[in-house]
Amino acid sequence: MSIWEYANPKKFMETSGKVLPWVAIPAAVLCAVGLIWGFFFTPEAENFGSTVKIIYLHVPAAMMAINVWLMMLVTSLVWIVRRHHVSALAAKAAAPIGLTMTLVALVTGALWGQPMWGTWWAWDPRLTSFLILTLFYLGYMALWAAVEEPDTAADLTGVLCIVGSVFALLSRYAVNFWNQGLHQGASLSLDARENVADVYWVPLVICIAGFVLMFVTLVLLRTRTEIRARRLSALLARERMA
Amino acid sequence: MMPALGKYAGVVLGAYGLSLALIVVLILATLWRGAKTRQALREVEDRQGKTHG
Amino acid sequence: MIALILRDLRLAVRSGGGFGLGLAFFLLVAVLVPLGVGPEPATLAKIAPGILWVGALLSCLLSLDRIFALDFEDGSLDLLATAPMPLEGVVAAKTLAHWLVTGLPLTLVAPVLAVLLNLPAQGYLWLVASLALGTPALSMIGVFGASLTVGLKRGGLLLSLLVLPLYVPTLIFGAEAVRRGAMGMAAGTPLLLMAGITAGSLALLPFAAAAAIRVNLR
Repeated sequence: MSIWEYANPKKFMETSGKVLPWVAIPAAVLCAVGLIWGFFFTPEAENFGSTVKIIYLHVPAAMMAINVWLMMLVTSLVWIVRRHHVSALAAKAAAPIGLTMTLVALVTGALWGQPMWGTWWAWDPRLTSFLILTLFYLGYMALWAAVEEPDTAADLTGVLCIVGSVFALLSRYAVNFWNQGLHQGASLSLDARENVADVYWVPLVICIAGFVLMFVTLVLLRTRTEIRARRLSALLARERMA
Repeated sequence: MMPALGKYAGVVLGAYGLSLALIVVLILATLWRGAKTRQALREVEDRQGKTHG
Repeated sequence: MIALILRDLRLAVRSGGGFGLGLAFFLLVAVLVPLGVGPEPATLAKIAPGILWVGALLSCLLSLDRIFALDFEDGSLDLLATAPMPLEGVVAAKTLAHWLVTGLPLTLVAPVLAVLLNLPAQGYLWLVASLALGTPALSMIGVFGASLTVGLKRGGLLLSLLVLPLYVPTLIFGAEAVRRGAMGMAAGTPLLLMAGITAGSLALLPFAAAAAIRVNLR
């Protein structure tokens, strides 16, 4: 029994079908609890006023935006090295989720920046990097959409994802070099809780867990759809041949 | 029921509204496409006798 | 390999198109920007480094979709792929040829256009140096993008979408070097970082580009 067994589409469909409700329900519950707790039952922060409530969307979305790309990098590598179709399809399935998360982070950031910094947008390193990340997601999805032959598309997007990761990282540092920003440093890390008071920390962690599970749910659903779509086109092709 | 959001009410509600709208659109798109593909696949499988595969 | 470079150069010169077009586009950018932002020398001097770099980058982008398209259509790319020379070498030769017909002329013309944009005198050296070191990376990244889209019918727009995000670090460091140079500050750091990106791209991207071409020819 190894993890590679799930590379078999049939096995993946069976297992993911069984796992789905166990991920989807906690995802919904955690998101609902975290967001409702954050929105209704947390006090205002001293210097942020009620805008502090935006953090429950902004931080999880921003974390997911980056982690989804990492997940795509790993699955692309697995596809290129071991040629498991499920892996390539999972990368394809993840991209639109990552793009949505990037947009959520940008939108909430803009709405938060307006009262705090007096501007919707600033060419701050973090903001700029996120905008560039959006472009990477768009390019990746456009390439998937443009290439018709599925294995070719998987290979090309895999190469693009790997090269893109390197350049995305370079851009991050280049942008840092280019402009010092307004954005505060990381407000959350595993070893240092002191940056955020407990009242905000607990619902925030719940929200993050909710977003992670929501992502897993959506990736499973979308990968299942991709596998079905692949099988559908194979069956249709056979029908045409006959 | 509604917490007092003070002068930032518009911004906070806007952030929640827009983000939830984006996420809901993503989820609906996922479910819709999933249902469509599943149905199409079932039709083709039934038509082909569902013996192979 | 030299024969391939010479062949590409000859094709570029004979068809005329790509060679002159990029330069003409670069000139147009340098002319249109002052018309758009107004003729004040101080404003122009401030934005000149950025305009020149963005202009060079866009004119580089113009000729990218032609790198492999013709060879793909007439089948010579298949021949090159089965030739004894490794495909990585073909990619490197193509990159060099592309740089010789776009990057190099752009670098040489840039100081002339800098006069139009009122670049401060101490910036010229940095402008030429940064373009000379940065345009090879632009060509290399462009060749990579072109090899991803080589089999596609209308790859032009997609190519821009894929390549432009990859240009970000080069652009930032290149324009930053010129800006610092023009303001009389030390510009060595961004220049070296950009040279590092160029060196890294030249060393690694031929392999990625060759892999992409193999996939596309499969």
